[in-house]
Amino acid sequence: MTEETKPFEPVIIGFTCNWCSYRAADMAGIARMKYAPNVRLIRLMCSGRLDPTFVFKAIAGGADGVLVSGCHPGDCHYSTQNYKAMRRFQLMKRVLTQMGLEPGRLKLLWASAAEGQMFANEITKFVEEVRALGPLNWNKAGAGIPVEVKEEVTA
Amino acid sequence: MSAEEKKPKERIGVYICHCGSNIAGVVNVAEVSKWASDNLADQGVVVSRDYKFMCSSLGQELIQKDIKEQKLTRVVVAACSPHLHERTFRNACKGAGLNPYLCELVSVREQDSWVHTDKAAATAKAKAIVAGGVARVIYHEPLEPLHVPIHPATLIVGGGIAGIQAALEIADAGFPVYLVEREPSIGGHMAQFDKTFPTLDCSACILTPKMVDVGNHPNITLLTWSEVQKVDGYVGNFAVTINKRARYVKTADCTGCGICWEKCPKKVIDDKFEAGLGYRKAVYTPFPQAVPKYPVVDDINCTYFQKGTCKACEKFCPTNAIDFAQKDEIITVEVGNIILATGWDLFDARRVPNYGYGRLANVFSNMEFERLSNSAGPTGGNIVLRDGKTTPKSVGIVHCVGSRDKNYNNYCSAICCMQSLKFAHLVHEKTGATVYNFYIDIRTPAKAYDEFYQRIIEEGTLFVRGKVAEITDAARNPGEEGKLIIQVEDTLVGKQRRIPVDMVILSSGLEPRAGSKELAKIFGISCSADGWYIERHPKLDPVATMTEGVYIAGCVQGPKDIPASVAQGAAAAARILGKIQQKEIALEPVRAIIIEEKCSGCRICNTLCPFNAILFHEDKMVSEVNPALCQGCGTCVAACPAGAITGTGFSNEQILSQIDGLLLLTLDKKKEAAVV
Repeated sequence: MTEETKPFEPVIIGFTCNWCSYRAADMAGIARMKYAPNVRLIRLMCSGRLDPTFVFKAIAGGADGVLVSGCHPGDCHYSTQNYKAMRRFQLMKRVLTQMGLEPGRLKLLWASAAEGQMFANEITKFVEEVRALGPLNWNKAGAGIPVEVKEEVTA
Repeated sequence: MSAEEKKPKERIGVYICHCGSNIAGVVNVAEVSKWASDNLADQGVVVSRDYKFMCSSLGQELIQKDIKEQKLTRVVVAACSPHLHERTFRNACKGAGLNPYLCELVSVREQDSWVHTDKAAATAKAKAIVAGGVARVIYHEPLEPLHVPIHPATLIVGGGIAGIQAALEIADAGFPVYLVEREPSIGGHMAQFDKTFPTLDCSACILTPKMVDVGNHPNITLLTWSEVQKVDGYVGNFAVTINKRARYVKTADCTGCGICWEKCPKKVIDDKFEAGLGYRKAVYTPFPQAVPKYPVVDDINCTYFQKGTCKACEKFCPTNAIDFAQKDEIITVEVGNIILATGWDLFDARRVPNYGYGRLANVFSNMEFERLSNSAGPTGGNIVLRDGKTTPKSVGIVHCVGSRDKNYNNYCSAICCMQSLKFAHLVHEKTGATVYNFYIDIRTPAKAYDEFYQRIIEEGTLFVRGKVAEITDAARNPGEEGKLIIQVEDTLVGKQRRIPVDMVILSSGLEPRAGSKELAKIFGISCSADGWYIERHPKLDPVATMTEGVYIAGCVQGPKDIPASVAQGAAAAARILGKIQQKEIALEPVRAIIIEEKCSGCRICNTLCPFNAILFHEDKMVSEVNPALCQGCGTCVAACPAGAITGTGFSNEQILSQIDGLLLLTLDKKKEAAVV
């Protein structure tokens, strides 16, 4: 199969919080809702745990997009930490945009444990948005990033 | 990669579960298992297996055998969600002598096989997930759970039937209970009902003995006319601040004789207990069997508070128990566990304008009808129209008002079908009127419920299957003058019908209490989209919440009948008694730790912690995390500019290497890049 015939499959790393958004993903699974297979989730205890370094690492490592998800504002299991995540995310998005990253590759999503359907729909939507932006290839572009150049990570 | 080379290589066991065909039907588990041993050997994978049901005892023994024989130092299981079996596999490792926190469970079921249809893509994703888990587990460290003592006292918020049941169970077992209730008396909505289905027991007759037990119990501290303001602390050690509102009555002197409310000249419409149908006085107890027996002065309506005159109650009180200078009292209690049992509010049928409630006089709500039918109610138990004297000759009962309706509440309120059938029976019994029930479905699932339905049919109740479109007094046809006309499509006949009746009863649904969202925040728990409190697991753990030490019981978790509320109250009590008996509780060792040498004393972390778990040592100019207060959210870990804080269980090294693993950057260098 040549690259022209296969559609580009983005690889997206998602950070979810243990209490709401990870459980929303579980709920989508339990209800057998189908969504695009391009997102690989990491479980944090809280969206407030998200260190922007994680996002930079994901992008430098070859991810085409990053999803950050947590409890709805006001509903954080640890009371107010998702507000901190929200502030960090905004700052991080600005920094990355100034470095040349399309803002559409980063998404902040609030999901409660009961919103499995919404989570699945949002993932599918985000995958299409990143697909339209095309591969990021920052892992190939930069010098000094010690990553093997290999075939695109496609399915 | 270089950090990994410095560490001696771990010996990792990888186990992929088939989960029957749940995983194996979509993900090629044998391929993933082989791929792991072929491509992750440099990471340390020494054994990689796939098995039908890893959570079974045979599956667990597989892991334990390998730990012993292969001298494994880390274990990765790719199976269902960690929320289901993380503890299972951790215990399996512990049984074989490996620290349970050196085991990682990654989900390839809820996150992969159950949500994707493309088998190749699902298998590729499973490989990435396994690689992520392997990369992460290398940086896991052996951890020990923290043990904290459990305070034997329990706080129960809400004095309805669920709260009462829980209070009695815990108190009877010998442990202290604080029961906080917002109204002047306990009893909740159940005290308002006339008869309860399906037995037609008098509601007050079965409730009041329990209320009296609560009032007399040596282990229960009853705090009525009180509200919780603040909760500090954590499971086993909560400090709760409660506002005991001023009753303006000295309870030490009050005998409950009732002279004060007899003499009080100010009548107020009782929109709480009497559902707006009757009156109370400005100094009152909500109903005669109130527990405690002490009245309260309603300072919004009382003539003394409004104008400075009257004071009749004070004049006539034989024990001088009225005290207009009384103030609210703020107290703090220490408890180990909390139960929230705050109940429900009635759906306001005025929101459905086509039903005419609030506009057409003889349209009644279900709670209004309960008070009409109750012999202690404003009409002495006579079912009469709004004029207070006319007995209706025909009554229509409308099911599902505000429930099962996308315009209002989408859920079913669980009790209204049985309630509507009960109303039909009471109307027949007391008035002999013709009764119509307008229903969508008849929901009578519990014990003796369907038999009750059959009895109501035999009594001659007329059932019309259709959602009522309109209730109007605009007569069009002969025979409709002066009546309420119910316009409905009779779906079993396939015709529109206009049925004239004298009285309509609306079975309004149940809603979460107003203010319940704010109350949930005080306790650190969440509400679902509908507003009911969220349980830890909808099937297997309906009384616990995501917050350790906080439980929910009764309708606060979702609409349910009295037997189910009692069962939940008892379940929450049993759970708490189990914890109290163990005297201490083991907390998950997911915590933040500040590395003193790296801390520069900038104190950015101090203000970020919502649990006030970070102290600052002025003498050493460093911060320190109190491990008992720390809940492990990790916000300070992410915020520290010096990287001086690590999170046990979710450290930077663990997550950064998991990212590498998920992006397949950790594969053996010698292998082909053809990963998929």
